[in-house]
Amino acid sequence: MATIAVSRPATTAPRAVTRATGESPAVRWTLIGIALTFLALTLLLPLVLVFHQALSKGIAAYLAAIREPDALSAARLTLLIAAIAVPVNLVFGVSAAWCIAKFEFRGKNLLISLIDLPFAVSPVISGMIFVLLFGMHGWFGGWLFDHDIKIIFAVPGMVLATTFITSPFIARELIPLMQEQGTEEEEAAIVLGAGGWQTFWRVTLPNIKWGLLYGLILCNARAMGEFGAVSVVSGHIRGETNTLPLHVEILYNEYAFAASFAVASVLTLLAFVTLALKTLVEWQQRRAEADRVEAVLPVERIAA
Amino acid sequence: MRRTSRSVLPGFGVSLGITCTYLSLMVLLPLATVFTRSADLTWAEFWGTVTNPRVLASYRVTFGASFAAALVNTVFGLLVAWVLVRYRFPGRRLVDALVDLPFALPTAVAGIALTTLYAGNGWVGRYLEPLGIKVAYTWVGITVALIFIGLPFVVRTVQPVLDDLEVEVEEAAASLGARRSQTFLRVVLPTVAPALLTGFALSFARAIGEYGSVVFISGNMPMKTEIVPLLIITKLEQYDYAGATAVALVMLLVSFALLLTINLLQWAARRRVEV
Repeated sequence: MATIAVSRPATTAPRAVTRATGESPAVRWTLIGIALTFLALTLLLPLVLVFHQALSKGIAAYLAAIREPDALSAARLTLLIAAIAVPVNLVFGVSAAWCIAKFEFRGKNLLISLIDLPFAVSPVISGMIFVLLFGMHGWFGGWLFDHDIKIIFAVPGMVLATTFITSPFIARELIPLMQEQGTEEEEAAIVLGAGGWQTFWRVTLPNIKWGLLYGLILCNARAMGEFGAVSVVSGHIRGETNTLPLHVEILYNEYAFAASFAVASVLTLLAFVTLALKTLVEWQQRRAEADRVEAVLPVERIAA
Repeated sequence: MRRTSRSVLPGFGVSLGITCTYLSLMVLLPLATVFTRSADLTWAEFWGTVTNPRVLASYRVTFGASFAAALVNTVFGLLVAWVLVRYRFPGRRLVDALVDLPFALPTAVAGIALTTLYAGNGWVGRYLEPLGIKVAYTWVGITVALIFIGLPFVVRTVQPVLDDLEVEVEEAAASLGARRSQTFLRVVLPTVAPALLTGFALSFARAIGEYGSVVFISGNMPMKTEIVPLLIITKLEQYDYAGATAVALVMLLVSFALLLTINLLQWAARRRVEV
């Protein structure tokens, strides 16, 4: 670099470097064009279509499809399932990240792999295992039948399947983040006399809040949008065991396309909110990271 | 599991206890049912179920379409990642955020939207049909849905590697007389190859289990466009639990093998960076 800069007039050096490591404008714009066309066809077009179809019978029909009692009860069930699955996995995720990131013990890598396991399982199989466990002919099926408890083809089974599917999201986000941050700050707090919870709330949580929020957003999006697993354990009874994604399917199969896309558009808006929050959190994370680097004491910076 | 060194921090027992109990009850116990239920079958019954012609045909559909989709995603994923990292153009950050859409959009919504787009009278289908290309309700349609689902895996795996790629290396190649295409093929591509392979494997792994986005566009014709997850559901609905479990076991073993491969690939990539 330096020799090139010295041997050429300063004004042409940057251009020479760009020419050596970049593409000509024609190539560049062709590549950008192909990439954007591909993304427009695969990602953007389906989005536009959802709203176009949803409004194809007019705004009144759109609002009617969303306000219909079955749609509202599906929305309530979707919210209920997420309201159970997300907090449960929050507790699990924080516990898992705490013991894995802050302590050394044997079998840690195995534990991390086991946490990731649900990601490798097909949604359909994730639903099926709960049928094998709690269904009529399942392990606990007889006992549940005797006590008149219904789990499969009912709400509890849908909650279980969703919780299974979404269990890795928060843990997986927190583990690398907390490992990277190490234990020094917490150890300092404890040595200075802080309690365990105090240390967690005052030291750990401020450090991991953006990563935690990121995990929560992804976990929630999956919990509300899950289709395959929930479909296997749902009784598909309108107004009772129907979530929004399942309601979309029922309407679509009944050829009520406009209504189906109207409900789908609500889920698409949810996806937009998820993406917007995700982008915001990524941005904040980068800023927090920059602040941490800035916060290094001047002495340490000189030493480095 | 024992702690291998002492620490002043509290909460080890509680947090490890919660983690292990939860994993055992919520993940391992349910997954164990697949193995115990399959053990109810004799080896001959099991083999007969998982090599039945209809089941074999569904493996061909699932693995074939997943492979094709992962291949397309590898090529276009690299292109999208390259364009997002190397070039500046208006709307770049918006496009970058849009790449994650398949992670955020419920699969059923993607499924009905893609089916409507590629059906004979759809926005895209009406231009393809006169050319003799049928997409919806064929093998091609399944691939299209799996491309949608798998794309972010490749882009998000390759993007950070391209970001870290030092320009100095490319400058060195150029100053030694390499043409731009040579630099790309001999310098850039080998560096991103492990990430590209990981992205391919992640995209493929996601595709073989996918149900929601595929079931609408596939047409679900046995022997032709029936995917394995749908076959499992069909068997469950006919109360053929043993059959469903046997096929599920095959898929689980493939998925776990893929997960292992992906972990090894990432481990190898990390080692390369550290050495």
